[in-house]
Amino acid sequence: MSISLSVSSSASVQSQQARIAVESRNLRVWYGKFMAVRDIHLQVEECKITALIGPSGCGKSTVLRAFNRMNDLVPVARTEGEILFQGKNIYDPDVDAVEVRRRVGMVFQKPNPFPKSIYENIAWGARINGFKGNMDQLVEESLRGAALWDEVKDKLKQSGYSLSGGQQQRLCIARTIAVKPDIILMDEPCSALDPIATLRIEELMRELVNQYTIIIVTHNMQQAARVADYTAFFMVDDTRTGYLVEYGKSDQIFMRPKDKRTEDYITGRFG
Amino acid sequence: MPGQPSGARRPLDLRKRTRAGESIIQLLLKGAGAVSVLTTVGIVVVLVYDAFVFFRRPEPTFLEFFTGTTWQPQILRFGIFPLLNATLLTSVIGMTVALPIGLMIAIFLSEYASPRLRGILKPVLEVLAGIPTVVYGFFALGFMTPLLKNLFGKDTVEIFNVASAGIVIGILIIPLISSMSEDALSAVPRALREAAYGMGATRLETAVRVVLPAAISGIAAAVIVAMSRAVGETMVVAIAAGAGPRNFGDWGQATGGLNFLNPFKAAETMTGHIVRISGGDLSYDTIDYDSIFAIAFLLFIITLILNIISQWIVRRFREEY
Ligand SMILES: Nc1ncnc2c1ncn2[C@@H]1O[C@H](COP(=O)(O)OP(=O)(O)OP(=O)(O)O)[C@@H](O)[C@H]1O
Ligand SMILES: [Mg+2]
Repeated sequence: MSISLSVSSSASVQSQQARIAVESRNLRVWYGKFMAVRDIHLQVEECKITALIGPSGCGKSTVLRAFNRMNDLVPVARTEGEILFQGKNIYDPDVDAVEVRRRVGMVFQKPNPFPKSIYENIAWGARINGFKGNMDQLVEESLRGAALWDEVKDKLKQSGYSLSGGQQQRLCIARTIAVKPDIILMDEPCSALDPIATLRIEELMRELVNQYTIIIVTHNMQQAARVADYTAFFMVDDTRTGYLVEYGKSDQIFMRPKDKRTEDYITGRFG
Repeated sequence: MPGQPSGARRPLDLRKRTRAGESIIQLLLKGAGAVSVLTTVGIVVVLVYDAFVFFRRPEPTFLEFFTGTTWQPQILRFGIFPLLNATLLTSVIGMTVALPIGLMIAIFLSEYASPRLRGILKPVLEVLAGIPTVVYGFFALGFMTPLLKNLFGKDTVEIFNVASAGIVIGILIIPLISSMSEDALSAVPRALREAAYGMGATRLETAVRVVLPAAISGIAAAVIVAMSRAVGETMVVAIAAGAGPRNFGDWGQATGGLNFLNPFKAAETMTGHIVRISGGDLSYDTIDYDSIFAIAFLLFIITLILNIISQWIVRRFREEY
């Protein structure tokens, strides 16, 4: 089973100039009896960076992980609604979650390289994805793509864990792009890194966005303002269920928020 | 008082203190460590000494011990090969059964089973590990042997045979391997699994190519404990494998038609031999008595070598996270 790759020709896409990479409709995620997020409508534009921001526990990670069915791995999690990826709902019963994740890669909060060599870290994913070409070349290409090549080219055989935190995170990005996904999800990719390493990742994201659609969760307002083209602001209601408050171009969200709650949050006036 | 540093009120005293509780606990822990080391040393000393007494006698020679193909104390023939061969046969058969099944159970429990199912299955496995080995022995004799006879023919399979004992040893150590391996697999951080799934790995790819290698040291430890257990297992082989060494006239006889490997014939293992001859009225200071220690010492050496090999394997293939 694999999802259809034919480009969607739905009206909403054509009416706009921009192309939609992925879109959530009426998305609800439950953890057991607890509804973690409700009614999320989000259209993510292709080859742009979209940031998800909001207070802790408002369901940013939950929404992000819905985009590549990572929540499937949580036994109690249940998803309602649709996520349209190139016109196909990835939660349709005939869709294979593994195939979805091959097209929608993920970078995690804490760098989590495999306990293998730097080379293997990158080759591994490509291999399980059936890559048959020149592996050396792919490894170099991916490491260059993640701005890590110069730092590691002489120690490809060393363990991924011999690298610094920032380098490890770039290694994780490299291994993600080695699989050549269409979309890269990043869940607070810089929260374990120092400011310089953070800046490098941000620069890297700006480069990657020429080829990939990026969705990033961040707690760092400046980061969202700096790197993201679009920003979505989430909040929780009194049942602790998260919902989308405001979504728009980052400059609009940060300079001229339409919603009072957004304004309060980005100006740090939230209790 | 607000604004006042607490040091102003509390005099500074950084002198070393004696902490009675700490010292006592430390002493106890060191004592416990010493007991285990001393026991081991004691056992080794006894083994080496008595083995030495055995070889100092006129009849057995080192050369015969290691190259002879007959073990028959009555006529003073002390070639270890028949006993060693039986031990290796039952152990290898046992491991061949236990390793794949045990590992599959471990992978199933840690990567596939729901928490509820795991909560049921793990205790069951642990109960299985607690069944007395004598029960397994009669299981081999009363169930496995007839089964083998049915499968391979009544005349091919002797009533006492190595295969039956070996297979049951395997069944006996499955819980050991699966339980210890499951612990090792479960200890692998969730983040590694998520990393694999996040790049489109299947469950199987994640389990076998990420989680398993990351848990390899723990699994190797499990395998070693299991192997030592298989080599040292006594009751099952004493009951089901045979009550006399599978002796050969010479090496030609032993290797001809691979006689020594025939799993369907009886053979006595090192441990089986030890219990059998020490079970009767074996008197101290006889050559039979001393021979036991030579056998036991060799057993000890085998497990030691197994341990060293496994340490080496672990160091060679360890994936540290
Ligand atoms: N595996 C889970 N089981 C049960 N509840 C969960 C699980 N994961 C998250 N939740 C709950 O879902 C809600 C949203 O969690 P989520 O991790 O998506 O928030 P978040 O916005 O990413 O928070 P943070 O900024 O702290 O990372 C929280 O109330 C959380 O307690
Ligand atoms: Mg989160």
